[in-house]
Amino acid sequence: MNSNEPSAAIEMQGVTVSALRDITRPVLENVNWTVAPGEVWVVAGRQHSGKTDLLMTAAGLLPPVTGSCRLWGREAREFGEAELPDRLRVGLVFATGQLFSQLTLAENIALPLRYHGNLAAGEAERDLRGLLEFFELTPLANALPAQVSRDWPLRTALARALVLKPHLLLCDHPLGGLGPRHRQWWLQFLDQLSRGHEQLGGRPVTLVVTTEELAYWKSADRRFALLRDKQLIPLGAWAELAGSPDPALQELLAAPPEI
Amino acid sequence: MPVQKNLVKALEFADAQEFHGIPLPKSFTDVLGRKLFLFLLTLQGLGAFALITLGVLLRKYRVAGRVVHPRVRQEINRSGVALLPMFVFLALGLGFLVVGQTVSALAKVGAINYLGSTMVIVVVRELGPLLTAMLLLARVGTAQVIELGTARALGEVEALEALGIDPVHYLIVPRVIGMMAGMFSLTVYLIIGALASGYLCAFLQGVALTPSDYYHQLAEALSWLDFVLLALKTTVFGFCIAMVACYHGLAQPLRLEDVSRVAVRAVTQGVMVCVLIDAGFIVVYLLS
Repeated sequence: MNSNEPSAAIEMQGVTVSALRDITRPVLENVNWTVAPGEVWVVAGRQHSGKTDLLMTAAGLLPPVTGSCRLWGREAREFGEAELPDRLRVGLVFATGQLFSQLTLAENIALPLRYHGNLAAGEAERDLRGLLEFFELTPLANALPAQVSRDWPLRTALARALVLKPHLLLCDHPLGGLGPRHRQWWLQFLDQLSRGHEQLGGRPVTLVVTTEELAYWKSADRRFALLRDKQLIPLGAWAELAGSPDPALQELLAAPPEI
Repeated sequence: MPVQKNLVKALEFADAQEFHGIPLPKSFTDVLGRKLFLFLLTLQGLGAFALITLGVLLRKYRVAGRVVHPRVRQEINRSGVALLPMFVFLALGLGFLVVGQTVSALAKVGAINYLGSTMVIVVVRELGPLLTAMLLLARVGTAQVIELGTARALGEVEALEALGIDPVHYLIVPRVIGMMAGMFSLTVYLIIGALASGYLCAFLQGVALTPSDYYHQLAEALSWLDFVLLALKTTVFGFCIAMVACYHGLAQPLRLEDVSRVAVRAVTQGVMVCVLIDAGFIVVYLLS
């Protein structure tokens, strides 16, 4: 870790998280959570437990109703244009990809690079050829998101989030609805990413993923948390999960792994 | 941020009042008061959104030019060039139906010398800009509300924010510039086309008026104020139509099922805004 690097990538203290679609409705209360650089967190919760809202708050896109949410030591609600470089150290992959429906897959990936680098389409295309190849997206580069199966837009959203080389990657329910081959690819890639992948110059990426199926994420290196009853409950490592009598946790653990 | 928060609260309040079954108050004055209150809230929201857009337009003119400028050209094409055939047809129709009849009626009562001033008042000052505004609102404004509303409902706006891209800069600014440029150009084409085809209609009806006389009458009736106010009126119309469309499509959280409802609301408010602005310009003409 760099000596100038703050001790926490995400630091939430007493945070109340509101729903994205209704900012007057709190979905999580009194969240105290710290994600250190290099850590991998898996946040599990049932549907509508506030997973997406938590990630949106962690990314600085949804201001907390109360409390303090700091990203790389800087208060997220104070993020303005001057703090854009800090803001771009966080990548977010939405649960449904949320690609721009009017742009092709290649244009979707190129957009952040073009916008922040003021690049013409041709220049960005040259830079992205390797990335498209790596993500197996070259044959689909000119397709619109609606023209390909669900697995590919999600992978495109991952490539789009990584194109600006973030230090912290937040993935919202990345395995939801994926076929076995794609799920395997994602698990392997995220694992490599957390250890340092060539696509990001070998630098380890701090990773937070949300899930409704904990079993896929079994690993001794990861840390786990549970969203339940409007609370974020840090659980520790995998070994501490299995013995828990919590029925909500057992339900999330029981989801059938197909790998 | 507080502006955005207040805006969201005001919109939610307006929505709850208008659409979610809150019973109507019993007295007429209460109903009128509520409508007036909702109108003022909308006006406040539109004003705030317009100021934010103007700020971004001026401040980020040079930011990401290679991404935003092609989008501006695309919008100018959509709001202007692509509509040219429809406007040529409309200009011909307007000339034959309205201007030709006026010329013919004036000739019958021996008032053909007033032709120029009548044409300038009817076509240049009023009908040209207002008709163009209505058509652009229907043809492009509606499409913009639906596009932006769908993008909002599908989370594309959050995706832009997550990538550090200002949604107002990327989505709104090109549409506003395109609409302003399209509105001005199409109004000019419509006026020229209507005046020319009006003369053609009068000629076919055998009205004794040479092209030279017709041209001189028009030239005498036009003053510098007409040109200035025409340019001002069309750009203000363009800006306001784009603002109403973009505000309803983008400035509030939407679900897919809300999109058709906000499209209807945007068209209604767009018509009202254009008529109100037009009334303001009439006052300027009358005072000048």
